Amino acid sequence: MAAVVGVVVFPGSNCELDVVEAVRSLGGEGRLLWHGDASLGGVDAVVLPGGFAHGDYLRPGAIARFSPVMQAVADHAAAGGPVVGICNGFQVLCEAGLLPGALQKNAGLKFLCRPETLRVEAGGTALTTGIEVGTELAIPINHFEGNYTCEPETLAELQADDRIVFRYVDNPNGSTDDIAGVCSAGRNVVGLMPHPERASHLLLGSTDGVPLLRSLLVTAGALTA
Amino acid sequence: MQFSVLVETRLRDGVADPEGATIERSLPALGFDGVSGVKVGKAFRFTIESADESSALAEVDDMCQRFLTNPVIEDASITVTALDGATA
Repeated sequence: MAAVVGVVVFPGSNCELDVVEAVRSLGGEGRLLWHGDASLGGVDAVVLPGGFAHGDYLRPGAIARFSPVMQAVADHAAAGGPVVGICNGFQVLCEAGLLPGALQKNAGLKFLCRPETLRVEAGGTALTTGIEVGTELAIPINHFEGNYTCEPETLAELQADDRIVFRYVDNPNGSTDDIAGVCSAGRNVVGLMPHPERASHLLLGSTDGVPLLRSLLVTAGALTA
Repeated sequence: MQFSVLVETRLRDGVADPEGATIERSLPALGFDGVSGVKVGKAFRFTIESADESSALAEVDDMCQRFLTNPVIEDASITVTALDGATA
């Protein structure tokens, strides 16, 4: 059976169908989940997609973290299930405390929408299983608040535990230590600002996001095996 | 009792404030020289019903920790003022 990836729709999400389509193109099943439901309906993996959940009011992710679905997402993560936050989804995971740190306004105060080169820095996570460390990928970013910020102690912990999953080759937004994505201690929760689903077909200009999404399907499938 | 509350949030010391820095750089162009240390934050104003001033403060502090600020990057200062004529 195909791995089922649940994609959470918050009011203001806008990348959910792109993720569903990308998952489908790789042989998985993408299923939309409503933020107001307290259950994930038995999906194998969860993606919190990009967009502007709850209008980004107060701070990006600040209100989304209280959506009923988030307790189920936290339970899924605690049980070792794969959870991926892309862009706004990364912001939600940080606000929810499922990932450390915070996403601040970009240095330079510009909304950035362009391809960036990422370097895979850590393997064995929900997004980088089977990908060689050091691989460089061209994947679009699309954000105003993508400047990763954390306490020095948190940064030291992330570095020591090999939890910085992606770094920008040419830091576009002022992120601490060039961080583009991090993972949880269990390596099953991953957040990143770039959008792998927007690099999942030649028509989109790049297929460099495909290995990441395939890794998600592998880790999702392994759970049900 | 009813209390008027002012919560001001700002980025913690040591956290880069690109908005404040941009405003600071722009001021001399308008002839405002000698301005430094510009910090941009948010202000929240509301009233709250609470038994006394210390319980109002405790409640607002909890609100700041859990919702109004992201403690990773922001600090808050809280001002609580009893509203005249309010009774318990």
